Amino acid sequence: MAKRRNLLDLEHLSTDEITGLLRLARRMQSGRPRPLLRNQRIALLFYESSTRTRVSFEFAAKALGATTSIITTAASSIEKGESLLDTGYTLRALGADLIVMRHPSSGAPHVLARHLDIPVVNAGDGLHEHPSQGLLDAFTILRHRKTLKGLRVAIVGDIFHSRVARSAVQVFSKFGAQVTLCGPPELCPEMANTLAKGVTVSRHLEPAIRGVDVVMMLRIQKERLAGLNLDLPAYVANYQLTAERLRLAKRDAIVMHPGPIVRGLEITGDVADGQQSVITEQVHNGVAMRMAILSWCLGAAK
Amino acid sequence: MTQRSKSLLIRNGHLIDPASKVDAEMDILLRDGKVSEVAQKGKIRGTADEKFDARGLVVAPGFIDMHVHLREPGQSHKETIATGTQAAAAGGFTSVCAMPNTSPVNDSAEISAWMRAPERGAVVNVFPIAAATIGSLGEKLTDFRALQRAGAIALTDDGKPILDDAIMREVLRQASQLGMPVIQHAEDTRLTSGATMNAGPTAFRLGLRGMPEEAEALIVERDIKLAAQTKAHLHVAHISTAGALKAVRKAKREHLRVSCEITPHHFTLIDEDVAADTSLAMYDSRFKMNPPLRSAADREAMLAALSDGAIDAIATDHAPHAAEEKNAEFDRAPFGITGLETALGLAISRLHRDKRVPLTRIVELLSANPARLLNLRGRGSLAVGSHADVTIFDPGKRWTYDADLSLSKSKNSPFGGWTLHGRVMATIVGGNVVHRL
Repeated sequence: MAKRRNLLDLEHLSTDEITGLLRLARRMQSGRPRPLLRNQRIALLFYESSTRTRVSFEFAAKALGATTSIITTAASSIEKGESLLDTGYTLRALGADLIVMRHPSSGAPHVLARHLDIPVVNAGDGLHEHPSQGLLDAFTILRHRKTLKGLRVAIVGDIFHSRVARSAVQVFSKFGAQVTLCGPPELCPEMANTLAKGVTVSRHLEPAIRGVDVVMMLRIQKERLAGLNLDLPAYVANYQLTAERLRLAKRDAIVMHPGPIVRGLEITGDVADGQQSVITEQVHNGVAMRMAILSWCLGAAK
Repeated sequence: MTQRSKSLLIRNGHLIDPASKVDAEMDILLRDGKVSEVAQKGKIRGTADEKFDARGLVVAPGFIDMHVHLREPGQSHKETIATGTQAAAAGGFTSVCAMPNTSPVNDSAEISAWMRAPERGAVVNVFPIAAATIGSLGEKLTDFRALQRAGAIALTDDGKPILDDAIMREVLRQASQLGMPVIQHAEDTRLTSGATMNAGPTAFRLGLRGMPEEAEALIVERDIKLAAQTKAHLHVAHISTAGALKAVRKAKREHLRVSCEITPHHFTLIDEDVAADTSLAMYDSRFKMNPPLRSAADREAMLAALSDGAIDAIATDHAPHAAEEKNAEFDRAPFGITGLETALGLAISRLHRDKRVPLTRIVELLSANPARLLNLRGRGSLAVGSHADVTIFDPGKRWTYDADLSLSKSKNSPFGGWTLHGRVMATIVGGNVVHRL
């Protein structure tokens, strides 16, 4: 049988593995049905709310011919106090061939994968990583640029609470992009520059986006801001991406956002909907990228 | 496994008894629970019912672990006094000091006495350390005198640091009058809410909330000021940061009654070990304890202090937890790891072999010093008349620790599969062999 693999984080993937996944996603884009995962059962275990990631994994699984089942916290035994591992063992016993999991605890998919003999795909763990998002971000950039090497990327906003940023930094850094993380100290501490090679921290939006190829804006995660007294009006004044500020970037720079967008907070509506925005394209590419991930993890990729 | 004999001659061994300044080939005769004779090889005059050939082995005063969690009463699914002391014996500990965060909290003479009762089945000496405040809630002081009479040897609200200045000062003042040490788990919990590992680049990368190192130093600094005012003996539990160590060094230079202990995991591991080097090894809760594993720089400071004497004792903070409790999300799993069976091996491997800390110093950190800090008379030494508590170990023996075979009820050790140097060959309590390899 072909090799089965977890996808837990991008930090530990090699550039060869990532290149392989991106190439596979490109092949998945044709739209032709590919019944690579017929008779496979995929459990979508969501301990946190999600729209695009969950639907995108579900559509991806179905496009590959797999059967899916969605398990959410409120409508399952999780509510009755079942432990993470017991839930995992139960899904395995029910015949799940792979578990896609989103969880509020950093590292929860790693713990599950350590104890299970079926692949686990991390669909976002706490503040840690969101590897499928990081891959689709790289995939989307590569639709507009030949290579990641040497690209200048600014990631702006709540870096501290962002698993999207942590995955993006890993994949961009591995391929030689120059990443600037930008935000106020409470959301983007100085030590953020230790995340990977070639990462710098900037406190000011204008110098951070001057001349960049990619601007990635992040949402202020109000639900994770416990204890932080963030001055939102000041944040908007200093860090909101406006049309005027975007002019500082390269003329053909692209604007990305993992969603959900809060228009008028981190980004203005006209920029989000503007010519340079690839936000909708990111969402669209998510399905092909996740088709590639599922078939790669189940050893079905040809 | 206990073999009873009225007298036991240990011969041909290398006796290390720092309290008596002995570091030589000596024979030792134990009789009626006491050390009855110590003499040059072959020069013991008395006869013995039994003999132990300690050729090639070190004969040391029985080790004393001043910081263990035996989980009884109330949490016997994690550990019992019987199983915890069996693990202690396997690790060479002839005495263990049991922390009061049991259920209910050991804040009364009754519970302290219950822990010491023969029905508990302890195979080594158990000395309760009682709660300093009722329920360890940090509000109302316990009855120190009654606790002392019931056998409690020190006071602490371990795990629930006493933050209120006035309460801490009163605890120190009353304890000082009775000659009891006050042990503090130094953590300003106002700075560590929701945190599960050391603050720093590793925590940031892993997306885990971090405990800043100053949360430890701030409490140590405050406690030292209060101890100076009250002339009390302050003992800092499981010191882990360079900042706290600096405060302890300063207090010692000022001749204050301040001491501290370190755990084997804090001189062996660092916060980066939580990240591991493969995805599948990350977020392993066997690397989660409180205080957390600190930075490499902190560990260097600890190793220096172990060599130069700023750290007084090695204590394990043995904290057993059931597998189903530990095998959870990293931020939800309980803090703590087991440590009784690996302490000597880690001390010899990491301190003696890697850092050239002399064996006499290691024996002192494990026996003479804890006995002195806790006023355990007749222990921590093998002078004639002392209790016949002896640990015999082979400092050169290589062995691999199998956590699954632990005598502790719980197996939550990060050192499973580690090959260590230095192994306990026999543990003798009151003249009786309670563990023999």
